[in-house]
Amino acid sequence: MSYLLSATCAVPAVGAVVTAALPAGTGEARRRTTKAVALAVSVATLGLAAAVAASFEPGGARYQLTESYSWIRSFGIDFALGADGIGTALVLLTAVLVPLVMLAGWHDADPAAAEGSFESKRRTQGFFALILAVEAMVLVSFLATDVFVFYVFFEAMLIPMYFLIGGFGDRAGGPDAARQRSYAAVKFLLYNLLGGLVMLAAVIGLYVVAADQGQATFGLPALTDAISSGKLVIDPTAQRALFLGFFFAFAVKAPMWPLHTWLPNAMGESTAGTAVLITAVVDKVGTFAMLRFCLGLFPDASKTFAPAILVLSLIGIVYGALVAIGQKDIKRLVAYASISHFGFIIMGIFAMTSQGQSGATLYMVNHGISTAAWMLVAGFLISRRGSRLIADYGGVQKVAPVLAGTFLIGGLATLSLPGLAPFVSEFLVLVGTFTRYPVIGVIATFGIVLAALYALMLYQRTMTGPVKESVTGMPDLKARELAVVAPLVALTLLLGVYPQPLTRMVNPAVDDTLSQVHRTDPAPVHPVAANGGEQK
Amino acid sequence: MNSLIPLLVAAPLAGAALLLLGGRALDRFGHWIATALAALSCAFGLVLFFDMLGRDTEHRAVTERLFSWIPVGGFRADVSFQLDQLSIVFVLLITGVGTLIHLYSVGYMAHDERRRRFFAYLNLFLAAMLILVLADNYLLLYVGWEGVGLASYLLIGFWQHKPSAATAAKKAFIVNRVGDMGLSIAIMLMFAEFGSFAFRPVFSAAGDASEGKLTAIALMLLLAACGKSAQVPLQSWLGDAMEGPTPVSALIHAATMVTAGVYLITRSASIFNLAPDAQTAVVVVGAVTLLFGAIVGCAKDDIKKALAGSTMSQIGYMIMAAGLGPIGYAFAIMHLVTHGFFKAGLFLGAGSVMHGMNDEVNMRHYGGLRKYMPWTFATFMAGYLAIIGFPFLSGFFSKDKIIEAALAKGGTEGWILGTCALVGAAVTAFYMTRVVLLTFFGEKRWQPDAEGHRPHPHESPRTMVIPMVVLTFGSLFAGGLFSLGDSFLHFLEPVTGHEEGHAPLSAFAVSAIATVCMAAGVGLAWLKYGRKPVPVQAPRGSLLTRAARRDLLQDDFNHAVLVRPGSALAATLVFFDSKGLDGFVNGLAAAIGGLSGRLRRIQTGYVRTYALSMFGGTLVLVASTLLMRSV
Amino acid sequence: MNPVNYLYLAALLFTIGASGVLIRRNAIVLFMCVELMLNASNLALVTFSRMHGNLDGQILAFFTMVVAAAEVVVGLAIIVSIFRTRHSASVDDSNLMKL
Repeated sequence: MSYLLSATCAVPAVGAVVTAALPAGTGEARRRTTKAVALAVSVATLGLAAAVAASFEPGGARYQLTESYSWIRSFGIDFALGADGIGTALVLLTAVLVPLVMLAGWHDADPAAAEGSFESKRRTQGFFALILAVEAMVLVSFLATDVFVFYVFFEAMLIPMYFLIGGFGDRAGGPDAARQRSYAAVKFLLYNLLGGLVMLAAVIGLYVVAADQGQATFGLPALTDAISSGKLVIDPTAQRALFLGFFFAFAVKAPMWPLHTWLPNAMGESTAGTAVLITAVVDKVGTFAMLRFCLGLFPDASKTFAPAILVLSLIGIVYGALVAIGQKDIKRLVAYASISHFGFIIMGIFAMTSQGQSGATLYMVNHGISTAAWMLVAGFLISRRGSRLIADYGGVQKVAPVLAGTFLIGGLATLSLPGLAPFVSEFLVLVGTFTRYPVIGVIATFGIVLAALYALMLYQRTMTGPVKESVTGMPDLKARELAVVAPLVALTLLLGVYPQPLTRMVNPAVDDTLSQVHRTDPAPVHPVAANGGEQK
Repeated sequence: MNSLIPLLVAAPLAGAALLLLGGRALDRFGHWIATALAALSCAFGLVLFFDMLGRDTEHRAVTERLFSWIPVGGFRADVSFQLDQLSIVFVLLITGVGTLIHLYSVGYMAHDERRRRFFAYLNLFLAAMLILVLADNYLLLYVGWEGVGLASYLLIGFWQHKPSAATAAKKAFIVNRVGDMGLSIAIMLMFAEFGSFAFRPVFSAAGDASEGKLTAIALMLLLAACGKSAQVPLQSWLGDAMEGPTPVSALIHAATMVTAGVYLITRSASIFNLAPDAQTAVVVVGAVTLLFGAIVGCAKDDIKKALAGSTMSQIGYMIMAAGLGPIGYAFAIMHLVTHGFFKAGLFLGAGSVMHGMNDEVNMRHYGGLRKYMPWTFATFMAGYLAIIGFPFLSGFFSKDKIIEAALAKGGTEGWILGTCALVGAAVTAFYMTRVVLLTFFGEKRWQPDAEGHRPHPHESPRTMVIPMVVLTFGSLFAGGLFSLGDSFLHFLEPVTGHEEGHAPLSAFAVSAIATVCMAAGVGLAWLKYGRKPVPVQAPRGSLLTRAARRDLLQDDFNHAVLVRPGSALAATLVFFDSKGLDGFVNGLAAAIGGLSGRLRRIQTGYVRTYALSMFGGTLVLVASTLLMRSV
Repeated sequence: MNPVNYLYLAALLFTIGASGVLIRRNAIVLFMCVELMLNASNLALVTFSRMHGNLDGQILAFFTMVVAAAEVVVGLAIIVSIFRTRHSASVDDSNLMKL
């Protein structure tokens, strides 16, 4: 048994405790130590995550590097970890983003930035410790192969997220920023708690049903094996109820229309870095869990509800994009764009084709990277002017061309320009959906026009035109900020041109998931003869 | 030799990356790097061309597979290039004209502080356009397709500080995206139908699919072509795109990118040939745009917008020819190439005029410039004569072939199309003569610019003149060369196929009628603009003129039908989101809060209230127990 | 004598006590009424014991007495301390727990 996975999760967890326990004080030196320690921990985690990805064999078993420690024996709960292709891809995403989020938010928790929010000598320590805590919990969620362990960490990550949203905002808030922020934090918590509670009932229900038939375990591989081999038969009504219980929690977290309204508040009021954590990392746990738990545990119910879920996600795609077009606040615009993207991800998952699900998984990674780039640059912009309103900007490209350029790249990635990573995933999702549900696929394609509208309108209104008085003398990106953006842009380009490292990892896991739900790709009507006319 | 194909793309791509990342250090000589790389790409193209000519017809098409791009299940997209006769024609046009325009831009953009970036974008455009024409599957073609859209966006909006330029760039991108949607749906249809979207497999299997499916695919491809080639109904962006620097208008919005739609249709000949309904749609779009663009071109006073109308109209010819099927494909491409020469030359001439006239674009403020800019005048005249189809110049050959092919379509349809094409030819002659007369002849109507500087027209620097002269040769002789023994036709035939049409009129008669039409157009223009002085202020004009000045109300239509309802919908949804969905949730929270507030009132704090409720409760319990027992 | 008459008396006493608890405000009187109710139930318990011929009721009555005694100690202590601080024995004045 290797200890790689538990080490990957434990390093940020221990790091969080250490960071929180570092000597308090608001002096510059103390703060710098804190930040350096936290950053070092996150980089170490990245190293471990890279080791996980390197030792993962794409062609091997579904779950690799597995570990299991008995936890609550009488209920068959083990602290079991295992990496599959989908989880590994998302672990990598998380590990890459956290150091960048820390770098981007380097000064977000400095006392100078703390006007109107809670003052404490441990403020900096708290901020960075919370980020590491979120990272640790997210990593466990991506790697857990035990339903109960997943549930615990899925819920527990609400606590650090709550404090991150409620305690640390950007400086751009109005006079009632603190009130808005606490509203956003409470809304985030209530929504997700509600989802979590419903899921808890379903988790218990699943155990009861399974225990009735002699499968008293929370182990995911054991349960899915029992289900696909017919040893565990959940009757249709119970299966639907349990599916809905799980799905509700994930749909809140993802978030899927119409359960999305907490996201714009949470992303708008928190710092840009926290917003990235929310949309690029924490929300991915929701979509990831749909793919891993809903489909694997309740194959028949998944198929029953798939059309309804597809329609909801389709509404989400169009609705999110249209509302994004009407936004006046940069960060809320990005949030609504994300809602539109989550629609694509969920659509890809429930289209139940290999293109759709591989596309959805790639989408999770690519959306994480591209939205991080877009949002963090937006955060840099906002921190310069102290306003989130689009109308307060104009002509920035003249004074800060690099900032404007990277902002444009982020926008172009968001609108899925071919050659950038999100295109690959978006097209896969569309194709995967189209082959099974042509009408839904065609309507979803409208999303690409709407995405162009909101992304380019935002760029036009903030960056082009005559230089507004309020942005004159605005400094361009600094070295630290470039160090944040450059890797993201490079990854966006790399994964757009050569996504194979990811597809190789993800495809087998997706094929396994599809076989769990007994679905195969619809065959072409007039298949071209194998290699027909193709010249090699 | 095949390994040169990726280098064709790599050279300008490297240039773009170098110039964008290189920073200020490259400001002084970056433009020469870009120009050199464009020329290098052109040289590669020439080498490949001669290499291709050295092989016999069957072995001319070659494929160079680089790597597997997106492999998921049955979905296999490769980065794989295919160089055949059709591609090489485009490669030479793109890199040739591209290099010339790089050279021209060295002079034209000499005083722009962001020149390095401009050249980076130009190189990026070349790379994307080459990917578009070299791809061996539709998904890679899509990459180039949107890549040129991006380059076009960046270059139209190059002067971003001008709100009009930024708006025009965004509009171009978004209208193009509507077309791109067509292309993605077409790819999805192909994948669902054939399990592939690479050219060879799809074309070889096209015969198996039902006509309905093929028509759907073809119509979606047509939608894509309409977007990129500014055909009705997605034409509205091209006029605004003239906000970009003039070399951009010449390269992207006249010679190369806007003709991508023609390439797409010609490339997909195997699909269109089996979908006659879609072909009819193509022909209709082409014919309508041909007249639409010509009418708009007649009314514009902005020299670039007049030329843009003309571009639209000329591409309408090409699209129409492509819609005619095997009798027209080769001629569409031939007209595309000759048009690339003379329209690029015309735009460069217009740029040269603007360069000498303090960036004035209103032709009513020109006049009599021929003495001040002899080279520009001479080259512009060559392009002018070529485009109106003056006998034995490039346009004459290529346009007459299209008119012939239209007539050869046969029946009423043939006559209608032929008439459209002939009317188009007359109107072309009219508006181009108008441009020439207003710009180079007549009296000086020069006006001081906004800062009060009077223009001092002068000939442009050598870097600008040389490309114009080179293009002049193309404008004059390309058509004739291509027609010598139908060499161009035979070269392309293995890719596009060819059928000899049976026109109801002889080739000579067609040429004669076309020439008469042209002469009529020129004469009419001379009567209106040559004989008497031209007013500096545009007269009110007839209803049609006023409509044409507003691009035949296309923007008003789009605004009323799409933009305004669209923004209203967005505003409604924003309201619904905050007051409806969120209002529901917040309302629920408020209701629970309110209910708790009510319930709390029961707790009065008086002991006897609690006692009473205890007694009451006991009473109820006892009573119900008794009741239960008695039942 | 018919033991049922004792039950009537117990019911009467209990009712008087209960009404007192509900109506009166003086803590001492309230307290006495509570005692009255307790004793009424004691009377009933003893009567039941007599009627059924076993000792269960009497034992329960002892329990009640012990609890009542303990309650008196605590209750009176509370009342006295409240009276000392607030100079009132009215139960209506002690409603600080209400929000």
